[in-house]
Amino acid sequence: MSNLALTSRRWGAWYVAEHRLRGLRSYAGTVAATAIGTPVLYLFAFGVGLATLVTGNVGPGGHSYLQFVAPALLAMAAVAVGTEEFLFGILLGFKWNPTFVGMNSTPLTGRQIIDGVFLFVAIRMLIVTVIYYAIMLAFGAVPSAWGLAMIPTGILTGLAFSPMAAYSATITEDKGQFAILQRVIILPLTLFSGTVFPLTQLPIYLQWIGWLSPLWHGAELGRQFSYGPTEPIWLTGIHVVYLVGIAALGWAFTVRIATKRLDK
Amino acid sequence: MPDSVITATALTKKYKDFAAVDGISFEVAPGESFGLLGPNGAGKSTTMRMVGAVSTRTSGELSILGMDPNEHGPEIRSQLGVVPQADNLDTDLRVRDNLLVYGRYFGIPRAIVAKRADELLEFAQLADRAKAKVDDLSGGMKRRLTIARALINEPRILLLDEPTTGLDPQARHILWDRLFRLKEQGTTLVVTTHYMDEAEQLCDRLVVVDKGQIMAEGSPSALIREYSSKEVLEVRFGSERNAEAASKLEGLGRLEVLPDRILVYSDNGEGALVEVIKRGLQPITSLVRRSSLEDVFLRLTGRTLIE
Repeated sequence: MSNLALTSRRWGAWYVAEHRLRGLRSYAGTVAATAIGTPVLYLFAFGVGLATLVTGNVGPGGHSYLQFVAPALLAMAAVAVGTEEFLFGILLGFKWNPTFVGMNSTPLTGRQIIDGVFLFVAIRMLIVTVIYYAIMLAFGAVPSAWGLAMIPTGILTGLAFSPMAAYSATITEDKGQFAILQRVIILPLTLFSGTVFPLTQLPIYLQWIGWLSPLWHGAELGRQFSYGPTEPIWLTGIHVVYLVGIAALGWAFTVRIATKRLDK
Repeated sequence: MPDSVITATALTKKYKDFAAVDGISFEVAPGESFGLLGPNGAGKSTTMRMVGAVSTRTSGELSILGMDPNEHGPEIRSQLGVVPQADNLDTDLRVRDNLLVYGRYFGIPRAIVAKRADELLEFAQLADRAKAKVDDLSGGMKRRLTIARALINEPRILLLDEPTTGLDPQARHILWDRLFRLKEQGTTLVVTTHYMDEAEQLCDRLVVVDKGQIMAEGSPSALIREYSSKEVLEVRFGSERNAEAASKLEGLGRLEVLPDRILVYSDNGEGALVEVIKRGLQPITSLVRRSSLEDVFLRLTGRTLIE
């Protein structure tokens, strides 16, 4: 194998991420406005608005409503990036602007292409969560210095939506599936995942939604670092294992489906 | 051909029960310009994807640059340039950026990619459009950009799948000129096309493909010599009367009765026309022309290339 082919084999996924980041430049304004505007609006609405209606403290430890809701909001920001990139980004590469096909005629393999997309998604999540974290600090929403760990846990939560990428890779015809998915699955998951109120407030027969939802695991995990611990350590361990497991499963299926789709 | 860069033996690709490529065999020598001529759906693109080491064959043998694509896909692809049938340039990126990101996929250092990108933009006559958006380019320009992109790794073999389909005549000639230059520089070209003029312009040697199988093989002129006459007389009597007129043309040479015209294959077209009139027939229009690959295809399959 030539030296160049070896280099490409080693760094292929990074080249794909680099390509996507370059593509992001044409939307840089929108991306920046969303990354900064969303946390400011949400934190203002929850911290200054809704918090005045929430009397008393939420959960153990006597923390404010804003501090309770902030880790969930940060995780939701990473999930929003994940939803967008895993659904639209994947179908874009196969169908609307079929760059994956072009990449596949170079030394890149299907696996490297998907790895590269995931890497790019993680980088986008990193940018969004760092900005979110900084604005949270400004609002006084993070009591502990350990709160910094919300950046990796947020990214992990976003990546746990990777099964959507696997689903997107199977789509050959766009019939508005994404809009249905966002309304029927993503929105309920967001509302019933212990994000803006504790999961225990829900009747027990609805709490299973939270247990299955990566967002609940992600939000709770973030809270442990931001002002915790509020739960037994084994449960925190379960959050991590659950999120890593779902993310890895989604990634593996996406690689498999994408590789098969490219080899036609 | 001991040093062939591509060797296919009984190459087959099946989709469930349908054989898109049905046991074809061919070899391509280094520096040669080789063509696959056939109608849409003949299996040309599928063959190209297998040769491009992105589509796994169902059976048969395939060797590209001495390697089996099943085992060495990335190594083979690192030495190929691919111009697919449908442009897949990144429309989110500017013209020059498309070359830069693509070059990186081959592991080429940034500085070298940048230098080559500028040279290739010159070659593709797109230097003044380097910063343009891809969507603002004409069809011919996009095609030239795709070719420039395919050359960024200085490939040993350039695969072109229907390079000029959908382009206007002027854009086609510019493109052919560029491809001819590559050929002069010694790049091995593999071209699929359903245009006989393109095959005649670009290919040293070609195979005529239909329904996944090779019908004939040779240089354009040898194929015409073997499967057609020197000249062709085309006569039209009106769609209602063609069949009736054909019955009176027996003995003039081989006949092909198409819905709109009759083709008379003769080494002396003018002489054949005189004979047609002598037999009391008055064609509405008549034309004598040289035989082409279209006639070869018609002879081999009973169908025209573009239907």
